[in-house]
Amino acid sequence: MTGANHWKDTVKPIIYSEIKGNSSRFYTLATILAVFILVALACAYYMEHYGHYVTGMTNQVVWGTPHVFAIFLIVAASGALNVASIGSVFGKAIYKPLGRLSGLLAVALLTGGLVVLVLDLGRPDRLIVAMTHYNFKSIFAWNIFLYVGFMVIVAVYLWLQMERRLNHHAKTAGVVAFIWRLVLTTGTGSIFGFLVAREAYDAAIMAPLFVAMSFSFGLAVYILILLAACRGSGREVGDVVIRKLSRLLGVFAATVLYFTAVQHLANLYAAEHIGVERFILLDGGIYTFLFWAGQVVVGGIIPMILVFRPATTGLIRNAILASVLVIIGGFAQVYVIVIGGQAYPLELFPGMEVASSFNDGVISGYTPSLPEIGLGLGGVALACLIVLFGIKLLRFLPVSMANEVIDPHYKT
Amino acid sequence: MTDKPDFSPGRRSFLSAMAAAAGVSLAPGVMLYAISKSSSAGANATGTEVSSAVRWGMLIDLNRCDNGCDDCVSACAKENGLRGFGRPETDAQWIRKVEIRNPETGHSKSLPVMCQHCEDPPCVDVCPTGASFKRADGIVLVDKHTCIGCRYCMMACPYKARSFIHEVLEDQKPHAPRGKGTVESCTLCVHRIDADRQPACVEACSDTGGGAMLFGDLNDPQSEISQRVAKYASKQIRADLGLNPGIRYRNL
Amino acid sequence: MAPRGTRIVMLVIMIAGISCLSSVIYADDAMGALLPVIPMGQGESCVKDTDFMRRNHMELLKHQRDETTLRGVRSEQLSLTECLSCHAVYGPDAVAVTVADPGHFCRSCHDYAAVSIDCFQCHASRPEIAR
Repeated sequence: MTGANHWKDTVKPIIYSEIKGNSSRFYTLATILAVFILVALACAYYMEHYGHYVTGMTNQVVWGTPHVFAIFLIVAASGALNVASIGSVFGKAIYKPLGRLSGLLAVALLTGGLVVLVLDLGRPDRLIVAMTHYNFKSIFAWNIFLYVGFMVIVAVYLWLQMERRLNHHAKTAGVVAFIWRLVLTTGTGSIFGFLVAREAYDAAIMAPLFVAMSFSFGLAVYILILLAACRGSGREVGDVVIRKLSRLLGVFAATVLYFTAVQHLANLYAAEHIGVERFILLDGGIYTFLFWAGQVVVGGIIPMILVFRPATTGLIRNAILASVLVIIGGFAQVYVIVIGGQAYPLELFPGMEVASSFNDGVISGYTPSLPEIGLGLGGVALACLIVLFGIKLLRFLPVSMANEVIDPHYKT
Repeated sequence: MTDKPDFSPGRRSFLSAMAAAAGVSLAPGVMLYAISKSSSAGANATGTEVSSAVRWGMLIDLNRCDNGCDDCVSACAKENGLRGFGRPETDAQWIRKVEIRNPETGHSKSLPVMCQHCEDPPCVDVCPTGASFKRADGIVLVDKHTCIGCRYCMMACPYKARSFIHEVLEDQKPHAPRGKGTVESCTLCVHRIDADRQPACVEACSDTGGGAMLFGDLNDPQSEISQRVAKYASKQIRADLGLNPGIRYRNL
Repeated sequence: MAPRGTRIVMLVIMIAGISCLSSVIYADDAMGALLPVIPMGQGESCVKDTDFMRRNHMELLKHQRDETTLRGVRSEQLSLTECLSCHAVYGPDAVAVTVADPGHFCRSCHDYAAVSIDCFQCHASRPEIAR
């Protein structure tokens, strides 16, 4: 093939190529995504022009649906790079061909998440101020640095992966990206973990919990994007890849369940936290439902059953279903963390019953509003559009990931 | 195909002419900028900086705070131009009356709660741009020029003191600028303090309310507030957080 | 180099453009439709002279706002309220107009220069009306 890249390490070189991207399906998909993005921009304009009273966010629940989407996307972005890390940093040959798409997806998801976050600001026109005035005591400020740095590092990492002469430096870039990513996700988790004031957050375990979440959500999104891209461009994905990725997803989902369990068990032991634990686990209405049904069952237990039970057929279907369920469970988890954590009132006077004109002592209500949902979905659409155009313009996708191509020792 | 470098003399002279034109048009602007920088430094205000020798604080005696009285709340709203829009979830509140009731004993009390002006404010720690800051004399404020409206400080405040402005505002009070998309909280009536007056809530409480609120300099051992906190027991809300708020309550 | 005909046309356009621009800049108020109509403030200039203020008021404002907000340095002469009290523009009902009205002092020039300012999103744009 003219102009194809060659991977030096495997016996059979992995060939990457752009997708043709000239079918009506491609353009239809691109148009649909563009429409979602335009709707999101309209929502952002509406929110900014009239003020946030048009949304469901209040003085009690200050971060709402846009933040749920943004945090999911940002956390998944960091985890999406995992696949490339396993290839470059840990040297697993079977993952190496998957590395380029992994980097592209990481950048795309992070962009989508950041756009949603910035457009929801009270003063998005002050973005320049945010980029030039830093309070280094703030984990939020550190996160801004980490996000921008992540983009740069992944760009360099991708370039080195695709570069012929300097390709051997890709491992160094991969190690840097891996460490940066762990710091970044720790920082994202610490945005909540450092909030001593709020009962639901004040916990060091938020940081490793978010790292585990990033592994799980990122891989789920990666599996879906990989299968969609290959299905759409007629490229084969073999059992070996699917089985490996599915099992890995199951392991990550189990890790998330573990950290969640530790977080809640530790909280239950402290009498001062019984209130918020009862709220999340027992009588919080929608939050309790989302926690048990969404996060634990749909997002954890069922995907694990799907990928770990012995199966020889329906592997792709299981992988897709497990990934979708993990993503749904992930949204539920972020919703419970972000919004459930704010809905529970602050304990100004521990042990007392409190009432005031400012929602003291009561569970705050929150209803997602259409502009918020529109903005959040636009972020997802932007991420998808970036991936779509990425694989059309540059060589991110291997031509084939059939079993014989991926694994040089494969025997039928 | 061999390419000859295209260094035609016409192009070279055009480029040098453009460079000269650019330099000629930029030079006066640069000069003016330099002049303005040096001269604006001279046009300083006649006031003086506030210093940390002073620490403003309040002492609120809850035995004198009446359950049904909210003079402090109305005075604050009037002074700072806080207008309700009939949307209690999103309307700003700088000070509020909180009723607390002990479920074990049945004893109930009411107290005004506003920004506690902590010595170690979590809202200042978490602000990404540094807009939330503590003035040298202890007043915690939001610099609306730098606030990007991320609301992280609202998440971090243990006292739920901060409000976000959810709508377009008009006809603000000139001494209390507030605008859509920024976060605000009780300023301890900094515009009044700088004019050697008392905060509006304290004034209203002593004029028409129960006379429960006392304002003064906690760093001055001769001030009335310092003498009272030395003499009578007083507490801070959530003292366990170690923030050392400037607002103290007696008989809590 | 471009052919001679094109060069001549370009030269003519440049000369025409420069003369138009300069006529706008140096014209008197008979051509006022192209210039901003800036309402006169009351009294003499109290901070600095008009030419300086025209060029550098934004620097003064930015410097002073940090002095006042962050360090509590206040001065009557250099406060925004004081600027607005002299530069208030009164409508037909003898009430000072807000920034919503294009005749507002700041807007009269800023609209022309197409430099958007966000001061009045927070600051009152006219002296306080006693109610």
